[in-house]
Amino acid sequence: MTEGIARIWRNQRDRYNLIGTHCEECKNDFFPQRKICPVCRRKGKLKEKQMPTTGKIYSFTLVTGGPVGFDYETPYYLAIVELDNKVKILTQIVDSDDDKVKIGQPVKAMFRRIQTHGEEGLIAYGYKFKVV
Amino acid sequence: MKGRDVYVIGAGMSSFGEHWDSSLRELIVDAAIKAIADSKIEGKQLQAVYGGCMASGLFAGQEHVGALIADYLGLNPLPSTRLEAACASGSVAMRNGIMAIASGFYDVVAVGGVEKMTDVSTEMASTTLGGAGDEEWELFNGATFPALYALMARRHMLEYGTTEEQMAMVAVKNHANAAKNRYAQFQKEITIDTVMKSQYVASPLKLFDCSPLTDGAAAVILASGDVAKKICEKPIKLIASSQASDSLALANRASFSSLRATQIAAKEAFTQAGIKSKDVDVAELHDCFTIAELMAMEDLGFCEKGKSGKMVEAGQTKIGSDIPINTSGGLKGCGHPVGATGVKQIVEIAWQLRGEATGRQVKNAEIGLTHNVGGSGATAVVHLLKKDF
Ligand SMILES: [Zn+2]
Repeated sequence: MTEGIARIWRNQRDRYNLIGTHCEECKNDFFPQRKICPVCRRKGKLKEKQMPTTGKIYSFTLVTGGPVGFDYETPYYLAIVELDNKVKILTQIVDSDDDKVKIGQPVKAMFRRIQTHGEEGLIAYGYKFKVV
Repeated sequence: MKGRDVYVIGAGMSSFGEHWDSSLRELIVDAAIKAIADSKIEGKQLQAVYGGCMASGLFAGQEHVGALIADYLGLNPLPSTRLEAACASGSVAMRNGIMAIASGFYDVVAVGGVEKMTDVSTEMASTTLGGAGDEEWELFNGATFPALYALMARRHMLEYGTTEEQMAMVAVKNHANAAKNRYAQFQKEITIDTVMKSQYVASPLKLFDCSPLTDGAAAVILASGDVAKKICEKPIKLIASSQASDSLALANRASFSSLRATQIAAKEAFTQAGIKSKDVDVAELHDCFTIAELMAMEDLGFCEKGKSGKMVEAGQTKIGSDIPINTSGGLKGCGHPVGATGVKQIVEIAWQLRGEATGRQVKNAEIGLTHNVGGSGATAVVHLLKKDF
């Protein structure tokens, strides 16, 4: 979806630094950030927490038909990575040999261009992961 | 089910397919007129309209679909409301119609569902449907709907040994059923080879594992017990209506090989009706992708967890088996105009329970089930219907 500058900027800090939330009440981590703990609701005590930048592939797929804004990337690997704190995150897997992209494979986060928006070519950045 | 009795007294649908000659409004008017004529009520007996539609704004540039429906059916000034829950929009509209009658607020209402999907490019359709997931954290990172279900399929294969061939058999069965349904988008049978040799869209899912882009609409007329018994020869009683929510994004779920929202909605529906899954004679399940039908079979209790692939392989969900699934052809074969699908499922079950599903009739069907999912499982709706004549 074509996003304006403010929409990209708003999530920039969390996307660049993998910042999620930790609840001091139930000890759960969440990504993306939550304003209300889904477990404790009002009793939750939330604070920002940087997520680990390493984890393992939990599931993956090779996408051959991408949405608008991903024309130059297709085909690409999309995966669910289980981070070292057990939080799951959806991400692209790049810079990795095809035979290394499989369930259980250790991966680490990198900072990358995600997509280009509209005619003015606004570039949005965020995280992608690679097999280590 | 709580409240007053609610009946389906009329059902109708447009043909499903790529209808370059039909607009959004023509599709819903076509379906609604058929449902009203089928019910034998007069338009003036209707008291309210509920319409399911997911993304007419992005697909057709048209919002305010509630008003559009009332206006073009000549039903002004009736209250007319659009409901949205992604691909479960139709079922959510259905629930609102049911609750309006069960509560005693109205006696006769119309429920419709519509989507006009083929006026935009495939990429734009993919982006639009992506909005059924988490726009900021899934679609932003390149997730398409086939990709999200592929991530589930991969886990189901790992955890239970489900195979790509077993998924293909779901598509083969649903196309075989669709070939017997004159309203279906695909009127041709396919083979396992057709599916297995089709190109990957998001591995392990191939083109023939996916439901198509479809234009279409469906509608039903709901009435209270008093009205239904007076004017309807073949009333179909609603015996359960349940809905559950789960995390918008797939990544935030504990399990990828089942949909918790489906499990919870199913449990509540069977409790409401006081029956068990084995009492169901015919079912319409949400097979947006072949893996979705397999997971739904397990989550609804038609088989043990992990056994759905084997059950399909054994032909135990075909017409003529104990539990025929997706006699209409399902989303896969009949087509999936997202906002219409939940209502179309009700239409098919009503026809089955009335004995009018020509060419694909399930013998002695007394109880039917519909299961409709929004997004990758953030909304699930289950309805149970019973023949009452
Ligand atoms: Zn908490």
